[in-house]
Amino acid sequence: MPQPNSSMDTNRADPKLTHVVNEWKYSSPLIACRFEPLSRFVFSSAQDNSVQRWNLENGESVVLKAHDSWVRAIAFSPDGELVMTAGGDGRIIWWPTAADAPEPIRTIEAHQGWVRSLAVSPDGQLLASCGNDNLVKLWRVADGSPVQTFSGHEKDVYSTLFVDDGQTLISGDLAGKVHQWEIATAKLTRTFDAKQLHTYNGGQGVDFGGVRTLSISPDKKHLACGGLHKATNPLGAVHEPLALVFEWESQKLVQSHIAEGVKGTTWRVLFHDQPFLCGAAGGSSGGFLLFWKMDQPKEFHRFKLPSLLRDMDLAADGQRVATAHYDRRLRISRLAAKVDKPTSE
Amino acid sequence: MKCTYACGSSDHLLARRRFMGALASGTLASGAVVGGLSALAAPDAAKQLARNQKRVLVINMAGGLSQLESWDPKPATNTGGPFRAIATSVPGTHICELLPQTAKQMHHLSLVRSINTKENDHGKGQYLMMTGRRRSPASDFPKIGAVTAKALNDPTTSLPGHIVISAGGSGGRSNDAAYLGPEFASISMGNGKPPQNTDLPAGVSESSELQRHAFRRRANERFALRRRTAMTDAYTANYEQALELMKQRDVFDVSKESQADLDRYGKHDFGRHCLLARRLLENNITFVQVTHSNYDTHNENFNFHLEQLGEFDSPFATLVADLADRGMLESTLVVVLSEFGRTPNINQNYGRDHWGTAWSICLGGAGIQSGAIIGKTNKNGTKVEDREVDHGHLFHTYLQAVGIDSTGHFDIDGRAVPIADPAYSAIDELLS
Repeated sequence: MPQPNSSMDTNRADPKLTHVVNEWKYSSPLIACRFEPLSRFVFSSAQDNSVQRWNLENGESVVLKAHDSWVRAIAFSPDGELVMTAGGDGRIIWWPTAADAPEPIRTIEAHQGWVRSLAVSPDGQLLASCGNDNLVKLWRVADGSPVQTFSGHEKDVYSTLFVDDGQTLISGDLAGKVHQWEIATAKLTRTFDAKQLHTYNGGQGVDFGGVRTLSISPDKKHLACGGLHKATNPLGAVHEPLALVFEWESQKLVQSHIAEGVKGTTWRVLFHDQPFLCGAAGGSSGGFLLFWKMDQPKEFHRFKLPSLLRDMDLAADGQRVATAHYDRRLRISRLAAKVDKPTSE
Repeated sequence: MKCTYACGSSDHLLARRRFMGALASGTLASGAVVGGLSALAAPDAAKQLARNQKRVLVINMAGGLSQLESWDPKPATNTGGPFRAIATSVPGTHICELLPQTAKQMHHLSLVRSINTKENDHGKGQYLMMTGRRRSPASDFPKIGAVTAKALNDPTTSLPGHIVISAGGSGGRSNDAAYLGPEFASISMGNGKPPQNTDLPAGVSESSELQRHAFRRRANERFALRRRTAMTDAYTANYEQALELMKQRDVFDVSKESQADLDRYGKHDFGRHCLLARRLLENNITFVQVTHSNYDTHNENFNFHLEQLGEFDSPFATLVADLADRGMLESTLVVVLSEFGRTPNINQNYGRDHWGTAWSICLGGAGIQSGAIIGKTNKNGTKVEDREVDHGHLFHTYLQAVGIDSTGHFDIDGRAVPIADPAYSAIDELLS
């Protein structure tokens, strides 16, 4: 059984060898997916308001039902004991990760409107949530009690992430602002300007885009923000994926990663420690895994998946990638050479 | 087709009497109330006038509002999407959670949940919902604003009877009155600005302006002695109407409303346009359309409905409440419509596409009974299960709700033209 691995470099990944190793089908289009920290399971969510737990060994699934709306965010305690889910009903629900038939341990009314993102602090003590009430909130993982509220966003908050210093939280919104917060005081300390990820289309009368995903590099020197740009027709899905990379200290924009010819949104970006940036883009031209090096705006490799994807996660081993798809399938891909199946004697 | 003689001709007055029945008797003759009903010293008199002067307000949710995210939610089904249904002020009636303020006003409103227009094209859908007829190459039909302006306008009023407020564009007159003639065509208030050219040009004094028009009138009269046509009359009437409109420019200026009301309706365009609509209706403009755009959400339907209905909900609910509080809802038909609904199926981009097969509108006021639900769709909204209706039934219903006999005819150059499609009838059970 794989063990948690913070460095992810035990097995070297080679994106150019990416291939799909598992395809598991559910009964409704999928929305989000996350690997459980101990890599026993992948959790996904679907358009029927449910959460699915997939056993990585054999693909067996268990369905978790308690939400009244789509689940958009999934997070775990670092020890893998608890999974927290949240979504359009504004609630966060705690579940036992590995129970035979998980039932909610705790439910809290967290936000007015959707919860769009969850993150757990590196020490496992705190849970951050953000949503359509323009707020970011902190909760104690142990009992769900409120700890802090961060107020300052003026649009829906799409993404949140802890910085690995025990003191800092960041959150990104529809307007392309990434706020940095001091956890102890709830003070807004500075803001990254990612406005390239936001479009206002006057003809259609809509705001569009936003900071859909955040990632901090393993060396803590860079911040990546993903979303979309070139939204010439937001209502008609005419836009292209974009990932911006900022120097953490100077806040200087140092790279704009694109994917030429791909129409869609960068739903998630994650720094790999080899190092490269792994992006998942989905839209009218399909679903893609994109692999960018810091010094190049264009990807050094792209892997086209069989169907449009909506979310992605990297396993702790740094080799397996889970993707949630519109065609109701959860796919596990491997960033390494195919392993020949043993031939039967 | 040439239009008939302009407003004020004997033909017009006879036609009006024929289809308006008792509506106009003695009430419209009191003339326009410049400055709005609130300008009347006696509130009772304002309320009396408000009850008798029929008006129509249409909110056009351009692009195609999703019925599932508004009037006919289907939560926890394979088509329902992420939003929940909420209770309203009418026991047993639920609408989408994106409309919490509107939910509190539902006792003034009703829903039609069984529309099947069989039309998925924007232009054709708009045409049939606004005219009550399917577009045909052989004929053009007037929009509801032109029909109601012709039928309900006080012939002595100097203000236009057909106003369209939209977020963009310039002012000016549209070509949407067909055979009723340009007098009843809509005047556009792009971004809520007063109609174009209603300011006196810079450098033109009041006295020189009066002299100019005196000369023009003399020339017109001389020309009309031998060569009068419907077109020349319409031209002359439009000119005179424009002059009167310039004198009453304040009617179109929403900034004259109180700061408290400006705050209540909100600072964004749609809020301002709803307050402007109230002002126009109070000033006896017969037909006001406010366009809210855009709902053509093939991509990220749920994010965009969150955004658009988040903007729509509070100003619309405030407007309905204000019309009710001021005694105007009894005489003002309110309709929230689109060119079609959106597909129950959620596409790969979290979008919904065009859907004329099973969708909804909301309406209330005037002769519409309150708190009703007409028709029903199936469990996941893919088809109409009960009391299927379409644009033709709706058009008859709108007209009858404001006292117009929709089975009557216009007299167009001596030819009787049905006011509404005679193949249809009103939704009788929706009329109070």
